[in-house]
Amino acid sequence: MKFTLSWLKDHLETEAPLDAILDALTDLGLEVEEVADPVASLGAFRIARVIEAVQHPNADRLRVCRVETLPDGPGGRVEEVQVVCGAPNARTGLVGVFAPPGTHVPGTGVDLKPGVIRGVESNGMLCSERELMLSDDHNGIIELPADAPLGMRFIDYRGLNDPMIHVKITPNRPDALGVRGIARDLAARGLGKLKPLEIPAIKGSFKSPIGVTIDHALKTKGCPLFAGRLIRGVKNGPSPDWMQAQLKAIGLRPISTLVDITNYFTFALNRPLHVFDAAKVKGSLRIHPAKGGEELLALDGKTYTLKPGMMLISDDAQPESLAGIMGGELSGCTEATTDVFLESAYWDPITIAATGRALKINSDARYRFERGVDPAFTLPGLDLATQMVLDLCGGEASELVVDGAVPETDRAYRLDPARVVSLVGMDIPEAEQRATLTALGFTLKGDMAHPPTWRPDIQGEADLVEEVARIASLTKLQGKPLSRPVSGVLRPILTPQQERERAARRMLAGLGYNECVTYSFIDAKAAALFGGGAEAVRIDNPISSEMTHLRPDLLPGLLQAAARNQARGFMDLALFEVGPVFAGGEPGEQAVHATGLLVGAAAARDPFGSRRPVDLFDAKADAEAVLATLGAPARVQITRKAEGWWHPGRSGVVALGPNALATFGEVHPSVLRALDVKGPAVAFTIRIANVPLPKVKTPTRPALKLSDLQAVDRDFAFVVDAKVEALTLVNAAQGADKALIESVRVFDQFTGDKAEAQMGAGKKSVALTVRLQPVEKTLTEAEIEAVSARIVEKVTKASGGTLRS
Amino acid sequence: MDGLDTLKARFIAAVSAASDEAALEEVRLAALGKKGEISALMAGLGKMDPEARKAAGAQLNILKDEIDAALRAKKAALADAALNERLQAEWLDVTLPGRPRRMGTIHPVSQVMDELTAIFADMGFAVAEGPQVESDWYNFDALNIPPEHPARQEHDTFFMARAEGDNRPPHVLRTHTSPVQIRAMAAQGAPIRVIAPGRVYRMDMDQTHTPMFHQVEGLAIDRDISMANLKWTLEEFCRAFFKVPSVELRFRASHFPFTEPSAEVDIRCSWEGGQLKIGEGDKWMEILGSGMVHPKVLAAAGVDPTQWQGFAFGMGIDRIAMLKYGIPDLRAFFESDLRWLRHYGFAALDMPDLAGGLSR
Repeated sequence: MKFTLSWLKDHLETEAPLDAILDALTDLGLEVEEVADPVASLGAFRIARVIEAVQHPNADRLRVCRVETLPDGPGGRVEEVQVVCGAPNARTGLVGVFAPPGTHVPGTGVDLKPGVIRGVESNGMLCSERELMLSDDHNGIIELPADAPLGMRFIDYRGLNDPMIHVKITPNRPDALGVRGIARDLAARGLGKLKPLEIPAIKGSFKSPIGVTIDHALKTKGCPLFAGRLIRGVKNGPSPDWMQAQLKAIGLRPISTLVDITNYFTFALNRPLHVFDAAKVKGSLRIHPAKGGEELLALDGKTYTLKPGMMLISDDAQPESLAGIMGGELSGCTEATTDVFLESAYWDPITIAATGRALKINSDARYRFERGVDPAFTLPGLDLATQMVLDLCGGEASELVVDGAVPETDRAYRLDPARVVSLVGMDIPEAEQRATLTALGFTLKGDMAHPPTWRPDIQGEADLVEEVARIASLTKLQGKPLSRPVSGVLRPILTPQQERERAARRMLAGLGYNECVTYSFIDAKAAALFGGGAEAVRIDNPISSEMTHLRPDLLPGLLQAAARNQARGFMDLALFEVGPVFAGGEPGEQAVHATGLLVGAAAARDPFGSRRPVDLFDAKADAEAVLATLGAPARVQITRKAEGWWHPGRSGVVALGPNALATFGEVHPSVLRALDVKGPAVAFTIRIANVPLPKVKTPTRPALKLSDLQAVDRDFAFVVDAKVEALTLVNAAQGADKALIESVRVFDQFTGDKAEAQMGAGKKSVALTVRLQPVEKTLTEAEIEAVSARIVEKVTKASGGTLRS
Repeated sequence: MDGLDTLKARFIAAVSAASDEAALEEVRLAALGKKGEISALMAGLGKMDPEARKAAGAQLNILKDEIDAALRAKKAALADAALNERLQAEWLDVTLPGRPRRMGTIHPVSQVMDELTAIFADMGFAVAEGPQVESDWYNFDALNIPPEHPARQEHDTFFMARAEGDNRPPHVLRTHTSPVQIRAMAAQGAPIRVIAPGRVYRMDMDQTHTPMFHQVEGLAIDRDISMANLKWTLEEFCRAFFKVPSVELRFRASHFPFTEPSAEVDIRCSWEGGQLKIGEGDKWMEILGSGMVHPKVLAAAGVDPTQWQGFAFGMGIDRIAMLKYGIPDLRAFFESDLRWLRHYGFAALDMPDLAGGLSR
């Protein structure tokens, strides 16, 4: 919403300086977005006189002027300045507009500096209208009457000293979409007095030939009230200068008096109007829902096709106006219009909003009607506008034509002054609270406050509190300590799941991974690679084709991030994300994963030969480290049932029965190819919520049992089929003597061609080291031999292998 | 026994002249070995009378000990010299890099969430969460934004596709963290104090907007919580978060459908030479929106608005991260450029806590 200071002063009697008004506006919730203050942009330009202009000695088209300036204003000191000027009208005796060095010239964007032009000094500039951005005129410098007061600021002389203010209006404040509503807020704040608005009594001298009817279907909701008046014998030319100046200042193009009046009322009083050229209206006007398929050429030059139910104003022949949104071109007023039908109606906000959205028309009328104009002002607004038409265009007004009635909006809410103080935390006396509401147009009957008709947003007691607080000024609010909820040390506030997400994140960073935050939505192709992309997780209105589906997994985002980094030359990467993935499109069908991705080499090239490609066991080690941090049990199953985007032979699932805690392995090469990632790439995904919470709730650790007796290590090597898993051997060995065997560890494996040459085709060797921890007494050699024999027996039985000789 | 002095001088000289262990051993054998000169003299003692034997024996023993000590000292010196020589040969180029070790980083968004948690935990706020795909009701209706409300258009909402025949209003990607207010109150009732950090989504993508970003919601409901308490809470938060001795906030009346009264909150700051300083200067920068929870919102969450009241606020996490850490571009947050992650990321052990001053 834009307006000028002078426009505001049409409605507000105030002596307040501009800055005070601006501060108050922002504080009141009418946030000032921009101020165009001519004093700032044009204040340095003053009226000056050319004492003498002579031909420039070195240039045909230039003149050297001696200029009389009064830099301190009329009556101040006089300075003579030499200016080189190229304007054809620069001549002795001319009174014009002078800018001294240091001035920023808005029309050229140049900061003036003293200079030398073709060998002659020049200290300032005599200006054209274009240089001041007043018009496109650049044929010569501005010429003023000889009696124009020398030294006066040009903006004061020309009446341009009128700051334009742009405020952001929140959707609850339709009343502030008119200058008068803004003035009322400022008056309530105490920045002046709201000037009375006199509504003229219009006496119609004839019956309007154009009648009006509202279809029954719309009377209760869409269009409760439609009023109009025909004014005949008008002369529609350019509107007066003062009106043009206001409209131009807020960025509107003056068109003709009749059209400008409608715009003026829209912004001055939040009362959108429409003018029909009565000569082009056939018969009477009917307000009705569209059947669907009707076409209308609107004032923006576009043709709109209506959908059933949209509100239309038609005459006997055809649709003439998109009700409350935009008039029709065919019945629009032109300079030739002599008889005008002036419309003032109240339209239902919801219907206007729906139609405006569907037709994608953003007009000043729609903007206001959908937020809510004052229904009670429909007829007074018509009278005021009629008077203005009569004043500016002449003519003769008809009697009022009207259908419907002002909708009833009266309601009341209790003002509880103590509650206001309690909610806001400011000591606002009851009398001040009541005065505030009264100043804003509320009617107080006892403790009941009736909102004014122009405030559809007031819908409850809380709205009264807001009005009182807003006018009292929240800037003055002083903070008051919030009491602590419990005395003493605070209780923990994170849930176990939150703590574990945090722990996973810190652990992964500790393991050397860089945390990424990637978008929750990915493209359909990437989603499909990871089992996603179903209709349920599709976004209906995606912002780009890269962001169409909620991600089913974190890996696609990380792989795409890896590809981007590889494209920049970073080939070795360790990336992770802890974030949500989506199994479906219903609220709650999401889970938090922690996913790590290793790409390229485990280390950079270095003098020690540390570099080697990352492999599945890097991923597994890191997954196990994170699982341990999350409190996962040490004994888990490893299955080979990883999803399709993993390498089928080089991936595994860490599981507790049917509960999959984590997946690790190489990423399937075809996935890497599809996402343009250069391998090797290994990864792991931890389903944090699947990790069981520890059963023990106490921080006490179990007692540490240490034996003084020497532990015994024994090594075994077994020859087994190449696809026998090491864990089978380990578990079998572990089972040989649960009391005595403290740990079993694989310390070597021998596979490949050389192994097969030694041990037979399809064979490998796996070497275990078993630690025996005696509890009561040192083991004898015989006892050790006995355990060893049991281990060999168990392992060979479980693995189908033999002890390697 | 002047001969002994001569003998001693000769052997001591021989010891000190020995250049390696072999030469030293030769000296030892010559002096103290079985056939050594001193051993021979010792052997000659038996032929002396007891008086002379006693005197000569004592002298010989002293001589033997002295030479033995000299031999040992020399041996140690030779060993030291040999070690020194070996160590000199074992020179390595110590300017070579250490063995490689990856250093991981925490994303600024996670770090700031942890900072928020630390600060608000101290004021008794728990951390609440909610789904990111939200029903129309939680995201809008329950927050006093009915279907036709103009504020709905301003939210630039992402809608989920609806299957044919499913006539429910489409679910949305939550446009703010405010629906968590409803879920937390519905689950826990009043009194309640929670913050709800998380991802939110708006259909907006340009220099300063990304279609996904992060917000933190704050909610405190009790019998008598006022807007003045809100201001204090935010002041305390900003002071702690931005690590400044004091901050000044300015409340400006505004409008959010779910709070009443509503206020935009500005923080006093200065911009000099592209450097933002919080807590000083003559500029105001908008940092968040807030207000007293609307009675209709309380009622929608099953909390009796005649008994309970309190405040809510919503703040952009990415934005305050940018302000605090001088990160210029929002879009880079989600691009995972390794250079950016390393430059703006945090070490794993930089866990924010109030005792340690929140951040380095």
